[in-house]
Amino acid sequence: MKPALPWWRTERVKAGLLSLLILAVILGVWHLATLPKAAVASSGPALTPEQIEYLQLMGKDPGAPADAGAGTSGFPTLAQMGHTVREHLSQPFYDKGPNDKGVGLQLMHSLGRVGAGYLLAALLAIPLGFAIGMSPLVYRALDPFIQVLKPISPLAWMPLALYTIKDAALSGIFVIFICSIWPMLINTAFGVAGVRRDWLNVARTLEVSPWRTAFEVILPAAAPTILTGMRISMGIAWLVIVAAEMLVGGTGIGYFVWNEWNNLSLPNVIFAILMIGLVGMVLDNLFARWQKAVTYVD
Amino acid sequence: MSSYFDPYDADRPLRLSCACGQDHAPHEHDASLSRDAAVHELTRRSESEDFTAYSRDFIEASLVKALFPQDAVRRRFLRAVGKGTAMAAIGSVLPTISLQAMAEEAAPLEKKELKIGFIPITCATPLIMAHPLGFYKKQGLDVSVVKTAGWALIRDKMINKEYDATHFLSPMPLSISMGLGSTAKPMHVATIQNTNGQAITLAMKHKDKRDPKDWKGFKFAVPFEYSMHNFLLRYYVAEHGLDPDKDIQIRVVPPPEMVANLRAGNIDGYLGPDPFNQRAVFEEVGFIHLLTKEIWEGHPCCAFGTSAEFIAQNPNTFAALYRAVLTSAAMARQAKNRELIAKVISPKEYLNQPEAVLTQVLTGRFADGLGNVRNVPDRADFNPIPWQSMAVWMLTQMKRWGYVKGDVNYKQLAEKVFLLTEAKKHMKALGETAPEGAYPGFKVMGKAFDPSKPDAYVNSFAIKRT
Repeated sequence: MKPALPWWRTERVKAGLLSLLILAVILGVWHLATLPKAAVASSGPALTPEQIEYLQLMGKDPGAPADAGAGTSGFPTLAQMGHTVREHLSQPFYDKGPNDKGVGLQLMHSLGRVGAGYLLAALLAIPLGFAIGMSPLVYRALDPFIQVLKPISPLAWMPLALYTIKDAALSGIFVIFICSIWPMLINTAFGVAGVRRDWLNVARTLEVSPWRTAFEVILPAAAPTILTGMRISMGIAWLVIVAAEMLVGGTGIGYFVWNEWNNLSLPNVIFAILMIGLVGMVLDNLFARWQKAVTYVD
Repeated sequence: MSSYFDPYDADRPLRLSCACGQDHAPHEHDASLSRDAAVHELTRRSESEDFTAYSRDFIEASLVKALFPQDAVRRRFLRAVGKGTAMAAIGSVLPTISLQAMAEEAAPLEKKELKIGFIPITCATPLIMAHPLGFYKKQGLDVSVVKTAGWALIRDKMINKEYDATHFLSPMPLSISMGLGSTAKPMHVATIQNTNGQAITLAMKHKDKRDPKDWKGFKFAVPFEYSMHNFLLRYYVAEHGLDPDKDIQIRVVPPPEMVANLRAGNIDGYLGPDPFNQRAVFEEVGFIHLLTKEIWEGHPCCAFGTSAEFIAQNPNTFAALYRAVLTSAAMARQAKNRELIAKVISPKEYLNQPEAVLTQVLTGRFADGLGNVRNVPDRADFNPIPWQSMAVWMLTQMKRWGYVKGDVNYKQLAEKVFLLTEAKKHMKALGETAPEGAYPGFKVMGKAFDPSKPDAYVNSFAIKRT
């Protein structure tokens, strides 16, 4: 047995340190790239009143110190970014009517939509996947449909959904549903079809009822594969929600991004991107844990 | 040095005295107000007797003028029946005037909670500002104004009945009623939201190409196919000898995305709504080539409308809504209110734009992107009257560019969609000589438009798709 490494030399800590280093490099590059340009040689001759007014109309107060008028919509400096983050996180749940809500509320709206569409998809995909996996005939019959529908970009469904469902909120949920169903369906079918013959044969010789076989033999055996499908689907659903909400508007983090894009406000857009990434990571982590819980060793 | 006192400035009085007691010159009073104070101040102004009388007169005068475009007819009518009868006759048939009368006696509302869609542009000013200023509430309505991502979505949400009423591009109710690009559903223009207020913005790199003849191969953006923007841009380039379908490319880009596209070099310019023209200047990515008022002085742009079904089912609610929006329009027309309005509609839940940009758009004192300060007080205006001749002009352009094929019954459509002359029918029933409708002629780029001869007008153009 190898002697235990001191804690600072374990791989975990090393990886963590490396991550921090990478973060520091990224922030450093950001900082250097957004350094305010050296003040333009102060405009020698006095400006005419009209020139002064023009500058003011352009949002640049000639009297103000150079760094104040650093432009409202350029790429933010780290300090500006920090300010934006603080501002949003200090009151994430304010609600000023239908068009202006705190980022926490927006995320809840998005999560709600994703949850609804995703649950619907799981409710349909897992039983259907079972049926497909257990019967080669059904598998063959449905295969062409799955193959055609699977690669369609979820946003291409949007006009059709809006027309037929006649409700923007439901259309958003439908788009989540339609795009998160395929990985779950295919993985369930694949997992179910791949259950070891021996186990099924044992069940058959013991005269276990088909329902019990399904729940007590096939489900646990196929669970890791099904969970993989569910994890992929969740990733896709979270990807799609932002695009769908940018299209449909109203509420959600996608709408938040769109609204800030209108205002060409990059700090807010970057903040939203960070939040989307963090929430996506948390979701993925949850599924990873669940996946670990159902994994078994042959 | 403190910015409060500047004893060495010859142009500024040393002792600043504004009536409000704060330290600023009286003419800087509006600019110094906070947003809440602006709301308060505007609400106060809207409640003043002066304004109430003004807005009533304004609406009534505009409507009577709309009904009797020729003054001789108006005078003959008034002399024949007397003022009282005339008012009663008009009041019984014209939604707007009956609204004025109804202002005192509130009729029971069929529906109180309403959803109204809008696109975040200054065209929607009256509709938006009615919300923070409480004009809807005063009519007993609980309205939420909902920001929407694009015109196609506005159309779909109106057809789906998710919205009760909405901010439209004024040609949209025509196209939806005709079933162009959607299922046909009768829509009405209740009021025009704004007149003028658009511009052609070009990317900075084209600042030496001010002659449209040099624009061959340019890519332009407009907000929607059935928009005044599209029709005006086509008209403008065609007058300069370019075929808008062959010599330039016109694509549809939602207004809020125009500046980002211009910066990215995706498009060379756009004929778009404000504040995005001024915003492009503010961001130093573009300059204002031309205000659309220079193409057609007083042209309509956006409209406030709803479906025929909604009006039929909720006449009193519609009336209340109409009152609120007209009050707003009357207020927005007064130049003295513009600076405060900019403050009220600039925050996140409405336009989400820097106040400095909106102030320039609404007051008409603006930087043009080329180093000049221009002063055009009527750069944007909010004349609410839906002249039917405007609808006829839009239809002629739809016909000209092949959006409608075959014969168009211009007058019938215009009168069906642009609410005004339900009146005609009713006045006939009352035994009065009906006025001919609201068909004043106007000029577009110096060329006269005669609304009674739409087909001849379409045929008079060299570049067309018919």
